[in-house]
Amino acid sequence: MTPPNGRGLLHLAAAVDQEAAHDVSAHVELARLAESGGFDFVTLGDTFARSGFDALAVLARVAPATTRVGLVPTVTTTHTEPFHVQAAVATLDWVSRGRAGWCIDVSTTEGEARLFGRRHAAPVDALWHEAGQVADVAARLWDSRGSDARTRDEATGRFTGHDGLHPVDFEGDTFSVRGPSAVPRPPQGHPVRVVDATDRHARTTAARYADVALVQGTNPAQVGAIRAELQASALAHGRDPDELRVLAALTVDLGDGERAAEPGHGGGGPRQTAQGPLYRGGPVDLAELIAAWHGTGAADGFHLTPVEPRRDLERLVNGTAALLQHRGLFRTFYPGSTLREHLGLGRPANRYAVTGGTS
Amino acid sequence: MTVPTPAGRSSREPSQESFREQVHLAARFPDADGTTVRADPRSRSRTGLASFERLAHTAERGLFDFLLLPEGARLPEPVTVLNALAAVTERLGLAATVDTTFNEPFELARRLATLDHVSAGRAAWNVAVSDASLAGENFRRGDRPDHGDRGDRPDRGGLAHSRLRPTGGTETPLARAAEFVQVSRELWDSWTPDGIARPFAHRGRHFDIAGEFTVPRSPQGHPVVIRAGDSSEGREFAASTAEVIFTRHGTLEAGREFYADVKGRLAGYGRDHEDLKIMPEVAFVLGDTAAEARERAAEIRRTQEDPPSGPTANEEPGRRSFVGTPESVAAEIDESVRTGAADGFLLVPHPTPGGLDEFVDRVVPLLQERGLFRTEYTGTTLRSHLGLQEPVWKG
Repeated sequence: MTPPNGRGLLHLAAAVDQEAAHDVSAHVELARLAESGGFDFVTLGDTFARSGFDALAVLARVAPATTRVGLVPTVTTTHTEPFHVQAAVATLDWVSRGRAGWCIDVSTTEGEARLFGRRHAAPVDALWHEAGQVADVAARLWDSRGSDARTRDEATGRFTGHDGLHPVDFEGDTFSVRGPSAVPRPPQGHPVRVVDATDRHARTTAARYADVALVQGTNPAQVGAIRAELQASALAHGRDPDELRVLAALTVDLGDGERAAEPGHGGGGPRQTAQGPLYRGGPVDLAELIAAWHGTGAADGFHLTPVEPRRDLERLVNGTAALLQHRGLFRTFYPGSTLREHLGLGRPANRYAVTGGTS
Repeated sequence: MTVPTPAGRSSREPSQESFREQVHLAARFPDADGTTVRADPRSRSRTGLASFERLAHTAERGLFDFLLLPEGARLPEPVTVLNALAAVTERLGLAATVDTTFNEPFELARRLATLDHVSAGRAAWNVAVSDASLAGENFRRGDRPDHGDRGDRPDRGGLAHSRLRPTGGTETPLARAAEFVQVSRELWDSWTPDGIARPFAHRGRHFDIAGEFTVPRSPQGHPVVIRAGDSSEGREFAASTAEVIFTRHGTLEAGREFYADVKGRLAGYGRDHEDLKIMPEVAFVLGDTAAEARERAAEIRRTQEDPPSGPTANEEPGRRSFVGTPESVAAEIDESVRTGAADGFLLVPHPTPGGLDEFVDRVVPLLQERGLFRTEYTGTTLRSHLGLQEPVWKG
C-alpha cells in the first residue's frame, strides 16, 4: 500500500525490555502503552547468556491483555529445536489472534553452549546460516498442517490427508525435520519473522527469510545503504523486495523532555555508542528526525529502544507518535487486526495448498 | 524431593475432629484420542485461545486444582497456551504436558520457571516420554537412544550434523526423564530464595551441563511435577520423583490396589504419604436418571471420531467412567477417596456444550455438601490447592 507521494506508510515499533526483567506486569503495562500509541509491534529480547524470563512466554501472557499491538519475542535458534520453536511461535500467533512475530537470533558464546552440552560454540556466519534454515523450515512447518480440506503433494500430484497434513522432509546442514507440525496453521499463515541485520553475518538470512529487518545507523544514508543491499539480495533470492520492511533501529533517551536536542544528538542525528546509535533529546525533535529520515525513503519505519522504558515509552507515545499522527504521517487507529496487516504484508499462501492458499 | 517439616505433617494428621479427606479435581483438555466428537461443530475451533479459556473459566469456577493441557497433534503448544491463560485466570493451576525425550533441561526448566512466575505460582509439569522411533525424525537428537558414554558424541566439533546415530544402547526414555527432572530441580534451586544467582554444574549419564540459570527461584520453588503411569517402572518413577500421578484403572478395587502399592513405595524414598497425590483419569456422563446417563454415554460413543474409547459404562478397559446421576457420581467419588482408591480425579470432559460445566454445576455442589471439596480457594498457589509442601531449597 503506497500513498500518493510514493512513500510507504510509516511503521513504529518499540522494545519493552527492562533492566530488572522479573516483573511481568510491567511488560503488560508497556505493551498496552505502545498499543495506545498505535505502534505496529513491541519486541522483547531474550538470551540464555543473561538473567531474564523466556520472552515468548511473557508475550503470551501479554496477548490476552492487549488486542492489536504485534508481539515479537526473540527466540534463538542455535541450541533450540526448530520443531519446538516453530510450534511455540505458531501458538503465540493463535493466542494473540494473529499478532505474533519472531525475532530470530543466534547464541554465539561457549558459555551458552555449556548450558546445553550438545555442541560447542561455532562461528557466527555458520550460526546465521543455520538460523536461516530454521526460519525456512519454520515456514514450511507452519504450512504443513493447513485447515484446507484438500492438499496436494507437489511431487506426486496426489491429494493427501483431510487435515491438510504434509510432511516437510527438510534436510538442513545441522538438523533435519520430517514434519508435519503438531500445531494447525497459524492465523497469519506465517507469523512475522524479524532479523536484526546490523551484523553483516545476519544479512543474507534477513534478505532471504525476514519480513522485517532492523538496521542500525546514525544517519539515513547509512540505513538506506543497508536497505538497498538487503533489497538487492532479496531480489537475487527470488523475493519481491517490497515484501521486506526495513526499520531503522535507534536507542532513545528522552530524559531531557522538551529541551532541544543536544548538538550532535537529536539535532545532528544520533550518536554512535557501544550499544548502537543513541538519540538523546526531546520527543518532538525525535518526531522531526523520524519524519525526515522516513522522507528520504531510507527506512520503512523505526524500531525504538527506550533507555528508561516507563519514562521514555510514555514520551514516545504521547509526544513523538502523537505529533507524527497529527501531521498525518502515522496511523491514529489500527485498520487491521493482525501484525501482517499493520505492516502492510499479505497473508502468505500455503505452499502445499491446491486452491489459493486460504488455509 | 520434598522433605516434610514436622509442622507441615502435623497439620494434616487426621486426628482433628473436623478433618475430612479432601478430593482434588483436575480437568484435562480433550485431545484427539477419541474424545473429539465429529458431529459437534464446537469441536472444530479447538486451536484458538477461546476454547481453552472457556474450559479454564469453568474449571476455575468449579474451584478445580488445575487444568491439564496435552501435547500433541492438532493442538497448540501447551506451555505457551498456559502463559496466555495465566492472564485470564487467577487461582487455577496450569499444567503442561511436555516431553523429556526431545527437549533439553536448561531450556525447558526455564520455560516452566517462567510459567510459574507469570502465573504467580500455579505451574505444573506433566512429564511425558516420547517413543524415539516415532518422533525422533523431527529433532536434532534424531532417533538416538542416549549414550552411556558422553565422550563419544560425534557433535563435539561444533556445527557438524548433530543428529546422532542410534547406538542400540540400553537406556530407556524414562531414565532420561528421571535425570531430566533431577537436573531441572537443580536449576530451579540454583538461585537463592533471596534472589542471588549461583552457578550450577551437572554431570550425569544423560546431561553434562554447567553455567548460570537465567530465572530467579519461582513462586512455588519448583513447579509441581506430574507423571502418568501404571507400569512398575512408572510407579517407581512417581514414588521417587512425582508429586501427582495420573493412572487409569477400571474398577474401584484396582484403584485401591494401585493406591496402596504406590503409596507404599514412598517411604523407600524418604517421602511422606501426602507427598504424592494419586489422581485416576476418569470420563463422566451425567443424566437425571441412571438410564438417561447410560443412554447419553451410548450416544456419545456413537459420535466419536475414532474407534470407540469414550465414556461408556465401564466398558473401556483401563479408564474408569462415572456414568450416572450427579448424586451417584458424587457418591462414587466420595467412596473412592474414603476407601483409599484415589486422592482425586483427572476429569476428561466431553467437548460438547456443557462438557465440564455440567459437572461443575451439578456434581461439585454435592461434593461440597459432603464436606469433600473446598468451597473457596484458600491459597494462591497450585501447591497450596494440592496440599503439597514447598520444596526445601537445596543451596
